[in-house]
Amino acid sequence: MLEVTGLTAWYGQAQALHGVDVRVNAGEVVSLAGRNGAGKTTLVRCLIGLHQQAGGTVRLHGRDITGLPAHRRARAGMGWVQDDRGIYASLTVEENLLLPPTVSDRAWALEQVYQAFPVLAERRKAPGTTLSGGEQQMLAIARVLRTGARLLLMDEPSEGLAPVIVARIGAIIRDVKATGAGVLLIEQNVKFAATVADRHYLLSQGRIVETLDNDEFRRREGDLLKHLGI
Amino acid sequence: MSAVLQYAVQGLAAGSFYALAALGLAVIFGVLGVVNFAHGAFYMLGAVATAVLLDTLDLPLWWSLLVVPVLMFGFGVVVERLLVQWLLRLDPLYNLLLTFGLTLVLVELVKQRYGVSGLPYRLPGGLRGRVDLAGVVLPRYQLFVLLFSVAVCVLVWLVMTRTRIGMIVRAATEKPELARALGINVGRWVTPVFGFGVALAGLAGVLAAPFRAITAEMGNNFAIILFAVVVIGGLGSIVGAVVAGFLVGLVEAFGQAYAPTFAQILIFVLMALVILIRPAGLFGRQEATA
Repeated sequence: MLEVTGLTAWYGQAQALHGVDVRVNAGEVVSLAGRNGAGKTTLVRCLIGLHQQAGGTVRLHGRDITGLPAHRRARAGMGWVQDDRGIYASLTVEENLLLPPTVSDRAWALEQVYQAFPVLAERRKAPGTTLSGGEQQMLAIARVLRTGARLLLMDEPSEGLAPVIVARIGAIIRDVKATGAGVLLIEQNVKFAATVADRHYLLSQGRIVETLDNDEFRRREGDLLKHLGI
Repeated sequence: MSAVLQYAVQGLAAGSFYALAALGLAVIFGVLGVVNFAHGAFYMLGAVATAVLLDTLDLPLWWSLLVVPVLMFGFGVVVERLLVQWLLRLDPLYNLLLTFGLTLVLVELVKQRYGVSGLPYRLPGGLRGRVDLAGVVLPRYQLFVLLFSVAVCVLVWLVMTRTRIGMIVRAATEKPELARALGINVGRWVTPVFGFGVALAGLAGVLAAPFRAITAEMGNNFAIILFAVVVIGGLGSIVGAVVAGFLVGLVEAFGQAYAPTFAQILIFVLMALVILIRPAGLFGRQEATA
């Protein structure tokens, strides 16, 4: 589904990514962990098309999307759930949902979204940022699901949320996976990542230093926490 | 009491020009991130075009209200395609300087062609004279300007809040990168939005033509007050631009009536107070908290 090969990128004068290879298959949740400054943000922004990559290719559904502008990547099926949730204050909850154009025939109808997330239905006319943090996170996820995006790029979805809400987000991610969509999860919360992801990449100084399956990931949790400096 | 009402209507009519022009400035700033310094010059061109159309083609004000904004939209599109777009990727300061330079060029060109003394403009018969509203006598044209501007502002507000285009403009104003990442081709809206903002400045100029001395320099002072309006309302806030426009018109009218020497200063005192109390302006969004 998503195939990234040899991605290099610069952040100002410094090289932020040195040939990163990442793969996400359909119906797979893959996590990407790394310390602050490891290059996670630059990688995500390159994939979305908001940061210019210097080399390498990005393929989505077998289609080369390297060099495409951000809005065309979104239309090709890339759904971004931003780390600060990216909810518009000047748009109502419903407008936040309706803003992005639908990108595939798997797009959800608004009613379907409201059935899955009743709290959004209740607050549909309220400005987006009047929702609580957890509700905003659900809105951000619902917004990309509604478009029918086949690959979700989720940046720190558990950050700053209460454990109950994090568990709910985890359940949503497993539901998304069950529909056959792919999820690339950028996540510092190793315990949370282990509950949802099938595979894990470890990014360090702009390179993928390890690829682990979930069992191995769980076994080495303490080790990884130390590496991540948490 | 009657005098107070007269000043109020006069102030709101003058404020209409600020409100319309500031509205244009706000949408341009919102979507392009450009502080359009040439807005005063576009206002001036609207007024000059109105006078010239009457003089050469005998085109009455009613038609100018329609034709001039369309012409100014086209002019705005040309300016954006020819000049502004090349600097959009750079620091916003470059477009500020560009539009400042454009102002000087436009003002000088109009001076060369039409001289420095004002162009005459006669109101159409239907808008001359005064109306008596329950004992308060008001100039008919001021009432017309006020009602017309309020109608335009309401129309723009409806477009902004009820249509998909309005939704996209709001999203692109608030978080342009995210809008792109969500599949919105923000670039496609840049040129029409710039043209639309210029058309609003031109429309303010049309309305001002019978009301103000039409000279090449008429936009200069207007632009300075316009920036005070935008700061008071909150940069990029559409509602703020309109409310502050009318507010500044009122302050100016009452200032001229009761303290003529301080009329202009009062506007900037108001601006200073707003900055002190609410740095982002009356309707500006304070830096979002997480």
